[in-house]
Amino acid sequence: MFAELGHFALILAFAVAILQAVVPLYGAAKRNAGLMALAEPAANAQFLLIAFSFAALMHAFITSDFSLSLVTGNSHSLKPLLYKITGVWGNHEGSMLLWSLIVALFGAAVAWFGHQLPETLKARVIAVQGMIGAAFLAFLLFTSNPFLRLAVPPLDGNDLNPLLQDPGLAFHPPFLYLGYVGLSMSFSFAVAALIEGRVDAAWGRWVRPWTLAAWMFLTVGIALGSWWAYYELGWGGFWFWDPVENASFMPWLIAAALLHSAIVVEKREALKAWTILLAIIAFGFSLTGAFITRSGIITSVHAFANDPERGVFLLLILAVFMGGALTLFTFRAESLASRGVFSLVSRESALVLNNLLLAVAAFVVFIGTVWPLVIELASDNATWDLTLFTIPNPFYAVGLFDQPRKLSVGAPFFDLAFTPFMVILALVLPIGAMLPWKRAKLGRILRQLWPAAALALAVLLLAWAMQTGRSALGPVGLGLGTWLVAGAVRDLWSRTGRGTGRLGRLRRLPRADWGKATAHAGLGITMAGIAAMTAWQVEDILVVQEGDSFELAGYTVTLDGVSEVEGPNYRSTVGEVTLSKDGDEIAQMRPEKRFYPVARMPTTEAALDNGFLRDIYVVIGDPQDGGGWAMRSYYKPLANWIWGGAILMALGGALSLSDRRFRVAAGARKAPVAGVPAE
Amino acid sequence: MRGLRARVRGAIQPRAWILVLCLAVAAVTTPAVAVQPDEIMQDPALEARAREISKGLRCLVCRNENIDDSNADLARDLRLLVRERLSAGDSDAEVVDYITERYGEYVLLKPLTGGANWLLWAAGPLLLLGGAGLAIVYIRRRGRASVAAEGALSPEEQARLDEILKD
Repeated sequence: MFAELGHFALILAFAVAILQAVVPLYGAAKRNAGLMALAEPAANAQFLLIAFSFAALMHAFITSDFSLSLVTGNSHSLKPLLYKITGVWGNHEGSMLLWSLIVALFGAAVAWFGHQLPETLKARVIAVQGMIGAAFLAFLLFTSNPFLRLAVPPLDGNDLNPLLQDPGLAFHPPFLYLGYVGLSMSFSFAVAALIEGRVDAAWGRWVRPWTLAAWMFLTVGIALGSWWAYYELGWGGFWFWDPVENASFMPWLIAAALLHSAIVVEKREALKAWTILLAIIAFGFSLTGAFITRSGIITSVHAFANDPERGVFLLLILAVFMGGALTLFTFRAESLASRGVFSLVSRESALVLNNLLLAVAAFVVFIGTVWPLVIELASDNATWDLTLFTIPNPFYAVGLFDQPRKLSVGAPFFDLAFTPFMVILALVLPIGAMLPWKRAKLGRILRQLWPAAALALAVLLLAWAMQTGRSALGPVGLGLGTWLVAGAVRDLWSRTGRGTGRLGRLRRLPRADWGKATAHAGLGITMAGIAAMTAWQVEDILVVQEGDSFELAGYTVTLDGVSEVEGPNYRSTVGEVTLSKDGDEIAQMRPEKRFYPVARMPTTEAALDNGFLRDIYVVIGDPQDGGGWAMRSYYKPLANWIWGGAILMALGGALSLSDRRFRVAAGARKAPVAGVPAE
Repeated sequence: MRGLRARVRGAIQPRAWILVLCLAVAAVTTPAVAVQPDEIMQDPALEARAREISKGLRCLVCRNENIDDSNADLARDLRLLVRERLSAGDSDAEVVDYITERYGEYVLLKPLTGGANWLLWAAGPLLLLGGAGLAIVYIRRRGRASVAAEGALSPEEQARLDEILKD
């Protein structure tokens, strides 16, 4: 019953979304206040209807209603309650419903918080958000209905993929989706501004908090996913350059560029057309991400061709929104002339460089992700079948291919092709962050920064001297990290002026300044963590008898015993491990190897001893024929810095978001513009 | 406190690996977690080279996993093959060539530079150069723009701006 109501609410939401997309847009064009006023109630109604639908699906999962095909496929009566709830979005249909819910949530948020927006801009933003909502609701209803019933309900379900039954991954999708979909707000603001034909400082100020929020959520979502991979997959890898990971990383990079260029629009009325373009591309990458993860195209072109319905629908959404917005952009870009004047050495130029590096880095990730697909499609046949007629494959004609070519682009490519951009970014960041607007003297900034540079160089040389190997990665990473953190500190300190009372002034600095320094320092800490862990981790793989110990990077690991334990919906082999150093016990660790009988899947649950400077990571493997257990153990220096830095970046975003100028702007009710009656 | 290392590595002689290979294909029951103790070579230098090579080879039945990290049986076979070639005296490049010959270009996680792939490798640097060129043109134009243009707000724009920017 609830399921039918949920389905019905979804259909109603679709109808409301279409109204929301059409009526306010027409009203804004005709300056009809009555029609524009429909935007807010429509956005609220769409959100409430989808929220109801979502609640209905959650109800079905919690009560284990196996008459629903989706619940049968992804749940089990014995599954812990938390994972029954998070199982709602642990599958295609449910996750797309969550996606639609968040699209509607952001649309409604404009209605709630957008009081200071001009009536026409607000109506148009909500309308564009309605279009996005309508597109995804149509996708849900026509290709991915979560409320399909089974004619004969089974006694129990097939269980959720055990890898997803984990707190890290349970909350990874909602954050990621808040980020992906949050970028739809930047997109809606950009398209609305293009329709309005004006982009000014105020627009920059309005669009920035939404971008910042989306970027924060993406940061947290990506960090959660990476942290999960680190402790769950059994060897402590945290980033694999997998297409699905890249799908979330590309919008993150573009969003980072966008939230910097929006500052230039806000403060200096320059980079307008570029910022609009970035806002469109950022959401384009979000949609691409949805397409990549949801269509199955990356797994194989042929898997996609066998079941193309969903993929083609998503591709259509991508094409319509990007095509429409970019067409609008080409017609209106001319009118978005910059006003601000600045010289080659200035904050503006530094932010242009920031944008260039981030955008190129994102594009490198993009081309690496789609390249295998491009090559496979381009080299597949000597002739192309265009339904009506066939033509010879032009790539064969020019001799680029002579047979079908299938290749892989993996981590070694991205490490080589992507990392240099981040190194350059880190090198110039502290300098650019301190340059004043309009016109700057480089020498002045460099004189202020030399202690930070000296410190970074000292750390680099020290690390070089102390390490046993001859890897450049570790020392350079630590050096760059130090440079970023020290540069951020120097930047804050230089804002306190001269003379006495600097500490007091430091405390009273705008939150945006603190946010900037925190986020930049966070980037440095993440970089240092990645470099140190990659360069200096120690691994040991060996067979250990119960009661025996072995040495790992100065620590002693003892396997005290192994026991079998019964979990709620799994069986587990648990190792009892003691970690000690110089005879003193440091920690008791319990690595597990689980088997989920319903899903017929094993998982490894690594045991970690987290420390500020290192993690000890222990995994228990299979029993060996000659007795004993296979064990993998790792010493991972600065591992937690990777995610600690990410949290600092997100925190920096939050601090910036709480800055007075956004709060005041968001809270202030402006008198209605003359000529437009109040609601 | 003496670590009694019951390492099984080296217990299997290189010649016997062919047998192990066949057994591994047959025994698909127990899931293994990436590199197993019995695969590790006695010579740490060779083993280190094997690990490095393995990180660049794709597990053919997985999605974007290298054979070093993969649990699949086929990945184990390839790991053993890499070690067999290394102990037969092959150089790193020869091992990679040997495997590429049998499994195709698809096995390489680091794409070759030949053919159409030059575009893949050159895309980043080319884009950076092109973008830098455009950026410099834009910045120089901003530098030359008359200061008068900056102040050129219409009165109502100025009023609206003041309203918005006053904190």
